[in-house]
Amino acid sequence: MSVNRVAKDRAATVLLWSIMILVCSMLFLILAFLVSKGWTALSWDFLTKKPRSMMTAGGISTPIIGTLQLVLVSMGFALPVGVFTAVYLVEYARDDWFTRALRLAVRSLAGVPSVVFGLFGLAFFVILLNFGSSLLSAGLTLGCLALPVIVGASESALLAVPRDYRDASYALGATQWQTIRKVVLPTAFPSIITGAILSVGRVAGETAPIIFTGAAFFAPRFAKSLFDQVMALPYHILILATAGTNIEKTRPIQYGTVLVLLIFVLGMTLTGVLWRARLRIRQRAQR
Amino acid sequence: MTTPLKEDRIPRIAVMTVASIGVAIMLFILYSLVRDSIPILAHVTLSDLLLKTHWYPTYDPPEFGMLSLLAGSLSVTFLASLLSLPISLALAVFLSEVCPATLREFLKPVIEILGFFPSVVLGFLGMVIIAPWMVMNFDIITGLNLLNASVLMGIMIIPIVTSLAEDSLNSVPKDIRDASFALGATRIETVVRSVIPAALPGLMTASLLGVMRAIGETMVVLMAAGGSAMIPRSIMDPVRPLTSAIAAEMGETPFRSDHYYALFFAGLLLLLLTLALNMTALWIENRGKRWRS
Repeated sequence: MSVNRVAKDRAATVLLWSIMILVCSMLFLILAFLVSKGWTALSWDFLTKKPRSMMTAGGISTPIIGTLQLVLVSMGFALPVGVFTAVYLVEYARDDWFTRALRLAVRSLAGVPSVVFGLFGLAFFVILLNFGSSLLSAGLTLGCLALPVIVGASESALLAVPRDYRDASYALGATQWQTIRKVVLPTAFPSIITGAILSVGRVAGETAPIIFTGAAFFAPRFAKSLFDQVMALPYHILILATAGTNIEKTRPIQYGTVLVLLIFVLGMTLTGVLWRARLRIRQRAQR
Repeated sequence: MTTPLKEDRIPRIAVMTVASIGVAIMLFILYSLVRDSIPILAHVTLSDLLLKTHWYPTYDPPEFGMLSLLAGSLSVTFLASLLSLPISLALAVFLSEVCPATLREFLKPVIEILGFFPSVVLGFLGMVIIAPWMVMNFDIITGLNLLNASVLMGIMIIPIVTSLAEDSLNSVPKDIRDASFALGATRIETVVRSVIPAALPGLMTASLLGVMRAIGETMVVLMAAGGSAMIPRSIMDPVRPLTSAIAAEMGETPFRSDHYYALFFAGLLLLLLTLALNMTALWIENRGKRWRS
C-alpha cells in the first residue's frame, strides 16, 4: 500500500473526527450559553407568578400552563387518531388504493411547513368550524402536525410485536379485533407511549402553527375553557424578543423563558429516547 | 393472514374510518389553501404575483409582487444547505464508518435530541449572539440578515439530514465493505468508491428532506433574517422569505382582504414547493429500493 494512500486515509479520518468534535462543541457552547444566561432568572416565583407590568416583570406561569394545555389538547386528538391509523396500516391494510392514499397522505403531512399548518388551522378550525382563536383551534392544529410523528412511531411499535403472539391468539379462537385489542396493543403500548412523548417535545416547541390559531399576546388568566385564548412559552419568547414593550430590559425574562422551554422540550425528548432504548434492549432479550 | 370472521367487519370499518382522518386533513389543507388563494388572482395576474418584486401589501394601491419573498426563501435555503449538507453527510459517514461503537451509542441520541431543538430558540440565538457579533465585526447596521438566518437554519437541518443519511449508510450490506477491504482498499477509498455509491439514493433523499424542512422553516427566518422584502445582493442583506411574511403579516390582516388571500397564495406556493421535494424524495427512495433488489 503506497504511503500516499495511507496518508489520505489518515487525513480523511482526522477530518471526520474534527467535524464531529466541532459540531458537538458548538452544541455544548449553545447549551452552556443558554443555561448560564437563563439560570439567574429562574426562581420559584418566576415559575409560579403571572407576568405583570406589560410583561416586563413577574413570572411565566400563564405561558407554562398554556403550553401544557396545548399539549394535552393536541395529544387528545393526535394520539387516538395516530394509533388507529397505525393499527390500520399494520393489521388491516391490503394493497389497495386506500392504503396507498393513506401512506401518501401521512408522508405529505410530515412535510407540510408548520406555518402552512397555521394557515390551515386558521381557515378550517378558527373560521370554518367557528372555534375562533382558541385553545381548541391551536391544540387541534398542533395535533395535525404531530399526527405523522405518532403514526410513524406507533407503526414501528406494532411491527415489533412478534408474529407468534398474533398466531397464538388466533389459535385460541380470538377474532382479529380481539387479538389487536387484547394482545397486540397492550404489547406495543410502551413503545407507542415513547413515540407520544417524543411528539410532545415537538409540539411544545412549535410556534408558527399557533400564532394565528389561538396564542395570546397576553392573557391575564389561565384558559378556563377550550374556547379561551392561551399564552404559550414559544410565542411568549417571540413576543418578548421582537415586539415587547422593552426588549433590552426584559432580556433576563427572555433567557429564563428560553431555558424553561428548553428544559421541558429536551427533558421530554431525553425521556422518550432513553425509555425507547431500554425497551429495545428488553425486546431483543425476549427474542 | 387469516380470513377475518364476519363479526370482525365492524371494527375493521371503524379503524378504517378513524385512519381516513389523516387523508381528510391532507385534502382539507390543500383545499383550504387553494380556495383562499384563488380570489387574489381576480385582482392580480399570476405573472405579476410571481414575477414582480414589489411587496407593499398595505399601501394604497397595494402591490403583491412575491418574487422578492420567493428569492428570500430560496436564498436562505440555498445558503443553509450549502453550509450544512456537507457537514451533515460527513457526520453521517463518521457515525456509520469511523465512530467506535460505544461513542456511537452516545452520539446518535444526542443528534436525535438536537433535532427537537425548538426553532424559536434558534431564532432567539440569532438575535442575541450572531447579530451583535456581526455588527461588531463587519461594517453593517443590523446583524439580522441572510447569513445569520442561514447559519441557524443550517444548525436546524444538520440533525435531520445526519440521522437519515446515517440510516442509509448503515443499511449498506457489510459484504460490500469486506469485498473492498479484501481488494486492499483503505477505509476512505471503501467509503468513497463503494459505500457512498451504494447508499446514494438514501443520501439524496436525506438531503432533499433537509432542504424541504429548510424552505418551510418559519421562526428562524422570522427572527433572524431581517425581514425586508428585497432580492438580496450580498449575504449581508436582510431578506423576507415567504414563511416569515405569512407569520408576520397574517395577524394584522383583515379577514378576506386581498392581503389575506395573497398570504394564502404564498402558503400554497410553499406547500407546492415542499410537496414537490417530498415526492421527489419518495420517488428516489422507491427507485433505490427497486434498483437494490
